[in-house]
Amino acid sequence: MNLLSHDAPRGWPLRLLIALVALTLAFTPFLFSGAKPLAVAEKICVMALLAASYDLLLGYSGIVSFAHVMFFGIGSYGVGLALYAFGPGWGPIALGLVVGLAFAVALALVIGLLSLRVQAIFFAMVTLAIAYAFNVLASQLSDITGGEDGRSFQIPEVLKPAFKLGELLGTPINGRTLAYYLVFAASAVLFLLLLRVVNSPFGRVLQAIRENPFRAEALGYRTVVHRTLATCLAAAIAAAAGALNAIWLRYVGPDTALSSSIQIDVLVIVVIGGMGTLYGSILGAALFVIAENYLQALIGQLSQGAADLGLARLAQVLHPDRWLMWLGLMFILAVYFAPSGIYGKLRRDR
Amino acid sequence: MSATDVGAALPRAKLEILPALAPVIVAAVAAPFIGSFSTFATLTLASLAMGMMIFTMASGLTLAFGMMDILNFGHGAFIALGAYVATVVILPLTAWADADSVGLNLAVFAAVLIGAAVVSGLLGYVFERVLIVPVYGQHLKQILITIGGSIVIEQLLYGLFGPAQIPISPPATFHGSFTFGEIAIEKYRALAFVVGFAVFLGQMLVLNRTRIGLLIRAGVENREMVEALGYRIDRLFVGVFMAGAALAGLGGAMWSFYRGQVQASMGGELLVTVFIVIIIGGLGSVGGCFVASILVALIANYAGFLVPKLALVSNILAMVVVLLWRPRGLYPVGGR
Repeated sequence: MNLLSHDAPRGWPLRLLIALVALTLAFTPFLFSGAKPLAVAEKICVMALLAASYDLLLGYSGIVSFAHVMFFGIGSYGVGLALYAFGPGWGPIALGLVVGLAFAVALALVIGLLSLRVQAIFFAMVTLAIAYAFNVLASQLSDITGGEDGRSFQIPEVLKPAFKLGELLGTPINGRTLAYYLVFAASAVLFLLLLRVVNSPFGRVLQAIRENPFRAEALGYRTVVHRTLATCLAAAIAAAAGALNAIWLRYVGPDTALSSSIQIDVLVIVVIGGMGTLYGSILGAALFVIAENYLQALIGQLSQGAADLGLARLAQVLHPDRWLMWLGLMFILAVYFAPSGIYGKLRRDR
Repeated sequence: MSATDVGAALPRAKLEILPALAPVIVAAVAAPFIGSFSTFATLTLASLAMGMMIFTMASGLTLAFGMMDILNFGHGAFIALGAYVATVVILPLTAWADADSVGLNLAVFAAVLIGAAVVSGLLGYVFERVLIVPVYGQHLKQILITIGGSIVIEQLLYGLFGPAQIPISPPATFHGSFTFGEIAIEKYRALAFVVGFAVFLGQMLVLNRTRIGLLIRAGVENREMVEALGYRIDRLFVGVFMAGAALAGLGGAMWSFYRGQVQASMGGELLVTVFIVIIIGGLGSVGGCFVASILVALIANYAGFLVPKLALVSNILAMVVVLLWRPRGLYPVGGR
């Protein structure tokens, strides 16, 4: 239990569900064959970590940031551009990781000190503007970042599909499998670290500030310092998640690393999974990524059906590209009727 | 204090002049770098028109926030909606828009603006009643709910009008430019300036010369006190929110003519500009919003001319500088 910081999921339905997700992710290469399940599992790992770090802000500290994906992108670009510039190797990965993390934390510090002094809403607006400017900057500085096209790069030989390691339990083990386990292990460790943080005295103070900043300040806690530290920590974890994702994809570009739609996805995952509980991020990410990959086909069939019936406009509204709309509706309903998300609905306290 | 003072008016609040001069200072600083006078004049006049359009979109948002502490992250969706309504309204009126008659052209323009404002305003009413009423007083949920609402509206717009850009051009009279020597002013920008300035004057008149305006201003300063005096501020707020949504639609329609095209993503882009403007102006202040709109437009145009690469980031830099100078914006309101 120490590994979970004495904060295991509450009640057997949750324990069962989370154990199921975690075990499936741990054994994906052996349970499923083909490239797609592995890619889906990788995305669940990265999104769960990203959402968990976002939850540290949104759920535990009550801070709404729209620049969280910007830090994810900084991590991605850090590693990606280092590998692009210096060629494959562990040195460039380490260099990119260090530079990306340092840059992300420094930027989070500046934004936090500048705008966390006032109301939460102010921080939300400032981060929205900064994230937008950063996106524009990243696509305009195309000499460095590759612009809209992004950059493809090589990763160390050990992580490539061509690197064969033999078979285990009838499943071929290659570099791709190793890359997956790198992502999985790193995500798991960072997730446990986050769990440790939110259950530490520091995490308790964050929750106190969320509930009543005035009172927390009166008790002698520096709210600005705590909030800024939380922002920096969340930024660092997001950057690490971005770095992992870049290594897996062997590509970095605005669509995979900086797009505002990723920000919306993360927000949806945290709200649907359950704000203020890190386990919710795992459930939310699993549900979201699976729905994104498999449910869209279903909506596509509905759309086709409407088109066959001669309802062209309806077919257009039901088009699979419009699935974000259904997500938006679900999101609104979740905020109203299940503010504690899936986790809160399944929770059994005793 | 003698007895004769009792009837005297309260001392007027001192109006600070320096923040209002910020746009003038920016213009004065930029002038030597731009060099040629005609270019400078052209850029400055173009900025005024752009500033008026941004003000039209931003003013309602800042007022609604000032009153109820509710910031509508879905404001951008209303801007996009206004632009799409413009494309729908102008379609059956194409003959009038192309006619060689100033009267008919103006009628088309007015019809488009009214259509955009009415549709956005009505949707604003629904949005407020359905989505925002249940979350009065809960900041976090307000942000989340309005974002959810804006996703749904934006996706519906995509669904109904398709993802492609829709071209749109102003009525025939307003093509081309006026030229005074080497200074050129696009005719449409002059029109946009007139409309935007009329919106500003109208708002100022309503806010300062009517009873409703008095209540709105009082509500921005101190909501509880207005409620304690027996006014239903939530009803007043619906009106302000609707007006804000209608102005967003109006601004969106004007912006679509200015850009010559409409697409659903324009809402998100303009929302960023609008946020920067109301932060610089001071949350809740219409006057500050007016000054900030012009300031932001001037900086965007000058930067676009001098250092094109920095044009889009220039607004953020302006915001940072203003916040370092005045942490609560140019004209802070109440306790905010």
